Amino acid sequence: MNKTSDTTKDLSLALVGSGGAGVMTAGQTLLDAAAASGYYGLMTRATGPQIRGGEAAAILRLSGEPVECQDDRLDLLVALDWNKAERFADELILDAESLVIADPGQGEVPAWVGESGARLVEVPFDALTKEVRGARANTIAVGLVGQLIGLKGTDVEATVGRILENKGAKLIEAALAGLKLGRTAVDDLPQRQGLAGQPDQAEPRWLITGNDAAGLGAVRGGVRFCAAYPITPSTEIQEWLAAHLPELGGKLIQAEDELASINMCLGASFGGTPAMTATSGPGFSLMVEALGLATQAEIPVVVVDVMRGGPSTGIPTRSEQSDLDIAVHGAHGDAPRLVLAPNSIGDCVTTTQWAVHLAEALQCPAVVLSDQRLGQARAAIDPPPQCDWQANRKLATDELEDYRRFADTDDGVSPMALPGTAGGEYTATGLSHMESARPSASGMDHQRQLDKRRRKLEQFHFGDDWADIDGDGELVVLTWGSTTLPAREAVARMRSRGHAIRLISIRLLSPLNTEVLTEALASCRQLLIVEQSHGGQFHRYLRSRIELPDDTHLLARPGPLNIGPGDIVTAIENLDLEKVA
Amino acid sequence: MNSAVEQQIRILGHKDFKSDYKPVWCAGCGDFGVLNALTKAMAALELEPENVAMIAGIGCSSRIPAYTTVYGFHGVHGRALPLAAGLAVSRPELTVIATGGDGDGFSIGGNHFLHACRRNVNMTYLVMDNSVYGMTKGQASPTTERDWTGSRLSPQGTHQPPLQPLELALAARAPFIARAFSNSPNELARIMTEAIEFDGFAFVQILSPCITFRPEQLGWKKRVHEGFEATNDRAAAFAALAEDDGFTTGVLYRAPRPHFQPDQREPVDIETIEKRFEVRS
Ligand SMILES: Cc1ncc(C[n+]2csc(CCOP(=O)(O)OP(=O)(O)O)c2C)c(N)n1
Ligand code: SF4
Repeated sequence: MNKTSDTTKDLSLALVGSGGAGVMTAGQTLLDAAAASGYYGLMTRATGPQIRGGEAAAILRLSGEPVECQDDRLDLLVALDWNKAERFADELILDAESLVIADPGQGEVPAWVGESGARLVEVPFDALTKEVRGARANTIAVGLVGQLIGLKGTDVEATVGRILENKGAKLIEAALAGLKLGRTAVDDLPQRQGLAGQPDQAEPRWLITGNDAAGLGAVRGGVRFCAAYPITPSTEIQEWLAAHLPELGGKLIQAEDELASINMCLGASFGGTPAMTATSGPGFSLMVEALGLATQAEIPVVVVDVMRGGPSTGIPTRSEQSDLDIAVHGAHGDAPRLVLAPNSIGDCVTTTQWAVHLAEALQCPAVVLSDQRLGQARAAIDPPPQCDWQANRKLATDELEDYRRFADTDDGVSPMALPGTAGGEYTATGLSHMESARPSASGMDHQRQLDKRRRKLEQFHFGDDWADIDGDGELVVLTWGSTTLPAREAVARMRSRGHAIRLISIRLLSPLNTEVLTEALASCRQLLIVEQSHGGQFHRYLRSRIELPDDTHLLARPGPLNIGPGDIVTAIENLDLEKVA
Repeated sequence: MNSAVEQQIRILGHKDFKSDYKPVWCAGCGDFGVLNALTKAMAALELEPENVAMIAGIGCSSRIPAYTTVYGFHGVHGRALPLAAGLAVSRPELTVIATGGDGDGFSIGGNHFLHACRRNVNMTYLVMDNSVYGMTKGQASPTTERDWTGSRLSPQGTHQPPLQPLELALAARAPFIARAFSNSPNELARIMTEAIEFDGFAFVQILSPCITFRPEQLGWKKRVHEGFEATNDRAAAFAALAEDDGFTTGVLYRAPRPHFQPDQREPVDIETIEKRFEVRS
């Protein structure tokens, strides 16, 4: 934040408090109110391992321009209390220009805050609640922060009204009074930091989480069946589909486990209904056998894996990009499949929709690798583009004399007969088979069907969406999925300092478009690969598929701390690049 | 049905439900009897092959779908029930029949069995129970007697009492539970017909000897006896099972309740759903 002026176009703030203090509600209220006032914004959540209660932080970034990534530091930290807040020390970075507002009655200021040099201001939130019957500290904080950063009071009030819609007039009245208390408390603050300008909204903006976005992408693509087993951080996709599939004539089953959920999806898809499930690492591991079946029996299905820290139970509530290996290679036998990754919250809509289209067109499984960072962030964004990717399966509907389910066609895709189609009766099977679907252990049949299944993926024209390639330069930053967010910001910062950088974010990870990727790297002198995994899975995968430049560098770090724009800027600076002014 | 062709009533005999594939089964395997009875039942019910789907897992018995002329799905080991549930729920107009063996259904797929019983999707589940893993050449299954020492994998017996599938189904609230014998073709076909016609999850344990790895099961012929009388009283059904020697046949329990239906809502178009994401001021 620019301290010499009153306003800034970009503001980062966090609210911390113990469980029950309501920091998440407060954070969402501020985000939604800022969105109503015309700002872009993003809110991510950090919580302790407790199911309910326990320390929590709502981290927000609000801006006049699109933002989908947290900054490296905070302008403002509001502490309703300091209970175990030190566990956020690595994440909530303060400096001499930051402002900290804390309740003096709620614990000692933690060392990391004290040592940061941030300016500390005391506001007795808890004591203030005594002034209005039923007022809560978190609402007072919302009123205060809203006023401090220059949100319209009416927008904040309307947002609070909406959030408390069903809670009764008394509660709303108390909340509005709390907001007012907060607004007035600002008068005693020494420093004001307001958000600049209110961008026009040509088209109404959206407030959406990455998980809801993946659900929307699925139904846009034509998914009408979901079976799912709850798992953090993917459950919100399942819940979104549970609420919305029935409105679209679709169906959802809560399965007994992931072995069941993926197989239910295959059953539905065998019957012609585009099907999807959502899960995270442990559930995905259980689905691997069925994904091989989907490959062998050529049944379209989409699995969204919202990645979390692994292996095993790992870190359920935090992000990692460490399921790339299992997504691409996790199968016995030679079992090529589609693997895609959204690279923004809005792109969770588009990429999931594309995955549905591709799985259906190619009659094979498609894995969408989202992660906690995208899935559980809520953002005010421009509406994602409309695109016409639809489920459009090649069906066998007539001339079914001598029907061969796995006919060895030129493009490798064989028309599929659905139950109900007379003359198309066949038995789908996980056994190696002939064109007719009759099981066969002959080497010739095996090879022929393996060739066919590989060919359909190799020959398909995937178009330009396999990657987002932005800018030119001999220095290339190459990444995928959610780390694209900080990479975009890091590259923008470096460009504003005069560096020429090309950014490549790969959306279609498998099959990898090796030819075009090699071309895109042709003039690359220095390559920085960025990924959130301990083992450098993305780097190893790329190395196995293409020739990388000699001067290749790797920024690979496991969770739970997200890679930030500053980490990537530092990595770029350490490459010793010459400034191309 | 509107076209003239569709209006023609096809009269199909049981042979029309048998494919030209030669089963991989050993001569004398009980599963032949199951295939015969099933094709008879489908013919008797005047089912149209294109509107029937047989879903199976892995095992000798699980090969049965391809030996019929209906749609089939031969999936992975133990997962026939979820495959079938996904199909039956998304295509309720189809007749869905899940099949498999006792290993497939009660061991690796045991969890799905419990939940299929309580979920009550409208489908039939036929388990060919030979108290052995035939396909992997003769290991003990969950229904194998404790003192069976015929397997090199459990040469001193299983050290565990066998599962009682009917008790399990009753405890897990399956609404239709029956037992039949592969070598009693008429009773088997009758029970299958009743199971297929039943609105809800209908489970039939079919004693189906494995003559290769359990030749002594040829003696089952002498041991099976009719005896169950369909009741809708759980306590009475449990009481009947307390008396059961494992060879009583017939419909044990029949207590229809509305079959599983996922949530349904007022239809809305996608644009309306998307509008809900718009920022409101
Ligand atoms: C995941 C997995 N584990 C093990 C096997 C090996 N396997 C094939 S069939 C079978 C047992 C089949 O027994 P049952 O269901 O009783 O059928 P039967 O062959 O007796 O008809 C096993 C263990 C497999 N195919 N897949
Ligand atoms: S091994 Fe047993 S169950 Fe398998 S086909 Fe032969 S007789 Fe039947």
